[in-house]
Amino acid sequence: MRNLIAIPVILLTVILQTAIVSRLYLLAGVADLPLVMVAAWALQDEVESAWHWAAATGLLVGFISGLPWIVPVFGYIAVVALAQILQRRVWQAPLLAMFSVTFLGTIIVSLLSLVVLRFLDVPLPVSDVLGLLTLPSVLLNMLLAIPVYVVMRDIARWVYPSLEVE
Amino acid sequence: MALALGGYFSSASNVFTVSLVNLQAWFSARYLAVQDFLTAPRDIASLRQRNAELEGEVAELQAQVIQLQQQVGETEILAALLDFSRARPENKYLAAAVIGRDPSPFLHYVIINRGSNDGILRGMPVVTDQGLLGRVDAVIADASRVQLITDPGSSVNIRLQNAETEASLVGSVTGDLMLELIPQDINVQPGDLVLTSGLGGGYPPDLIVGQIVNVRSRDFDLFQQATVQPVVDFNRLEVVLVIVNFKPVDISPLVPAP
Repeated sequence: MRNLIAIPVILLTVILQTAIVSRLYLLAGVADLPLVMVAAWALQDEVESAWHWAAATGLLVGFISGLPWIVPVFGYIAVVALAQILQRRVWQAPLLAMFSVTFLGTIIVSLLSLVVLRFLDVPLPVSDVLGLLTLPSVLLNMLLAIPVYVVMRDIARWVYPSLEVE
Repeated sequence: MALALGGYFSSASNVFTVSLVNLQAWFSARYLAVQDFLTAPRDIASLRQRNAELEGEVAELQAQVIQLQQQVGETEILAALLDFSRARPENKYLAAAVIGRDPSPFLHYVIINRGSNDGILRGMPVVTDQGLLGRVDAVIADASRVQLITDPGSSVNIRLQNAETEASLVGSVTGDLMLELIPQDINVQPGDLVLTSGLGGGYPPDLIVGQIVNVRSRDFDLFQQATVQPVVDFNRLEVVLVIVNFKPVDISPLVPAP
């Protein structure tokens, strides 16, 4: 039942993204709060619903954004897959895993967006995208990584009380 | 009594009254000191309470000042939009507030708080009091998504006011506006005004878009290119106008398939 917290958390994250975070530019890049939130949730121990969170968040972002819906859906699912792979590798250093997932996840979503938009004949110079959009977005997402991880850890402890014993 | 009235006891009575007055003054001074000591803490407490009340009032008034300044700003924006709509009575406008931006940095879209319930349709042009902003790309009941002219996928047919030629204005991922397909034989100068041409039926004609900043003309190119400074500040969008009586023409069936 406590998994229903996903609904307000995802809604609030996407609202914050569109209303505030998307207005804070660094060159041409902006932070991707839903991506960081999905990454932080997927890295919590005992969390099994990360796939559902990623799909729901991706669908909601795809509904609001002008991007084709497959970009956020598959992008966020790829972030969860990446988080689960890295969680097994660097399970003793969750913050290192969070930074790694955020870094690689941002690049994956950015490249996926680039490929799909170019496929749709949107003229996007690769050098501009990488230098002015992807790298600043990576930096902004890394800045958000720690606070979002802390918030999601608290939510995970509330949803899965057994985590508090550790 | 007779001696006293006659002034024979004056020296003795002076000594007596002086002593009495001094004693009275001594008691009075001590009483006042004790009274001060007992009442002073109460005054400090009441002063502190009053100070807190006044600080609360100041904070409330400051909040009111900020709110009023915000209202003045909104009123100025609405007045400018009203002037704009009065200057072009042939169009019908619907004001809308910008409530968000596209989550993806690849796209330059904004979300407005008017939708199909307010009569908004896909393709309707959106302007501010300064000039062209973009057009409605998607509509739901109470909100719409507007594609800005700075979006990489946006293309607007324009004309140069001074050169009397037509060209195509495209956006970019950085938000810069580029003018393409300017014939080589046309003399284009920085400062030339860029207006919509109305060609293609996507936008009404003669909406101000911006000014040319610089021109790139190379002999081996088929066309010239120019950078355009938009008149609209796309970073500070609060209230916009949707032109609701403009029906865009869909020319896609006429475009030959590749």
